[in-house]
Amino acid sequence: MTIGILALQGGFDLHRHVFENLGQKAVLIKYPDQLQDCDGLVIPGGESTTMTMQMHSNGLFDSIYEFSQSHPVMGTCAGAILMGNDVDDPRVTPLKIMNIECQRNSWGRQVFSFQSEILLTFDPDESFYATFIRAPKMIPSDEKIEILAQFNGEPILLTDGNHIAASFHPEIGTDYRIHEHYLRLLK
Amino acid sequence: MKTGTFEVKKGLAEMLKGGVIMDVTTPEQAKIAEDAGAVAVMALERIPADIRRDGGIARASDPKMIKEIQAIVSIPVMAKCRIGHFAEAQILEALGVDFIDESEVLTPADESNHIWKQDFKIPFVCGARDLGEALRRIGEGAAMIRTKGEAGSGNIVEAVRHMRTIQNDMKRLTTLGYDQLMAEAKKLGAPLELILEISKTGKLPVPNFSAGGIATPADVSLMMQLGAESVFVGSGIFKSEDPAPRARAIVEAVTYYNDFLKLAEISEGLGSPMKGLDIKDIPENQRMQERGW
Repeated sequence: MTIGILALQGGFDLHRHVFENLGQKAVLIKYPDQLQDCDGLVIPGGESTTMTMQMHSNGLFDSIYEFSQSHPVMGTCAGAILMGNDVDDPRVTPLKIMNIECQRNSWGRQVFSFQSEILLTFDPDESFYATFIRAPKMIPSDEKIEILAQFNGEPILLTDGNHIAASFHPEIGTDYRIHEHYLRLLK
Repeated sequence: MKTGTFEVKKGLAEMLKGGVIMDVTTPEQAKIAEDAGAVAVMALERIPADIRRDGGIARASDPKMIKEIQAIVSIPVMAKCRIGHFAEAQILEALGVDFIDESEVLTPADESNHIWKQDFKIPFVCGARDLGEALRRIGEGAAMIRTKGEAGSGNIVEAVRHMRTIQNDMKRLTTLGYDQLMAEAKKLGAPLELILEISKTGKLPVPNFSAGGIATPADVSLMMQLGAESVFVGSGIFKSEDPAPRARAIVEAVTYYNDFLKLAEISEGLGSPMKGLDIKDIPENQRMQERGW
């Protein structure tokens, strides 16, 4: 399996490291034509304003949308914002891959960034230690969206059966269960 | 639920990789920086080139100015405090800045000690000229290191020197045996645990950016190829002829630092870069890089 990781800016190296540890091939994506060799794509955390601008200037915006129509995409933090249908900030243009609405930096500035144990619905026996950094909030905008994890009653890990969006950073740490769950969507 | 953990601090530094942090002195400049694709802005009253020109004591910025910049941009806002001035840092933390730069660009407040950064909930970045300095700062709690270069010079030569020094020091550690590492820790003046870690990994345990002298997309490419994970640009943008397109070009150059045809395209028609200074023309006692211990 070859996983593309959007590498315009942000935490792409951490995702590469996770997939390589899981025995997958990871490719850093900077150009539209690289997507044709990929089975899936990860949009990492970083700044959604910066990534919006870069995706528009190099043609990746349309190519990623097209790719998402036949391949699973996983977005984490800024990546989740970019995957959504709608975002509360005109500086960011979302790709409309998943029916979710996002609010940027919704848990507050860096001083409020946090870590917490959460439970994954697909593997509830052992908690997952999740890292939230200037994290967004995500609101499902249709009933087909399944909530895979919550924190304080807020959805933080969502899937529509094809794609996954996380408001936190599953690539930080050594618990790879969310990446493994994503890999199962690729089969 | 835990805030202010080292993972959370380093996590923000990780998310800034591959992005450009731009010095800004007004809300208007902050907007230009964000619109150009900056991942963060550094709010300060005077850019290093002007601090150098004006002389006098350079201190942390007016909170009013920091708040105005926080209000206008959505990206992280960083601010500088003086070396060792933990009260300035405490005030910046209370203002909710996202990252503090304990910076040699401002006039040092303590000529022996840096801030004990582990006590803070927000992350710190610090400058370094060699591996020992970098590891002392990490030991104190810095979540990101940047090579110092020579701020406000528009001259890349010092940034190159510092990056090569740090990279060479790290490479050398990977070739040594355990029996040599304590002597190495003594020589570098660095914590042994960090020396042991680098002897295995060959890299810093936190992101390593470059600063101090970057003026062109080619400068960016040079620093990235030498091992920087991204760049800070201070005077290089707002001291150039046409800041907005140059800011944009610098952002693109970080992403495409090893695509030389693209860099040629990016570099085209940007107007004059900042004029810059020969390091030899800066008297030693005015070199900012000498500050830090």
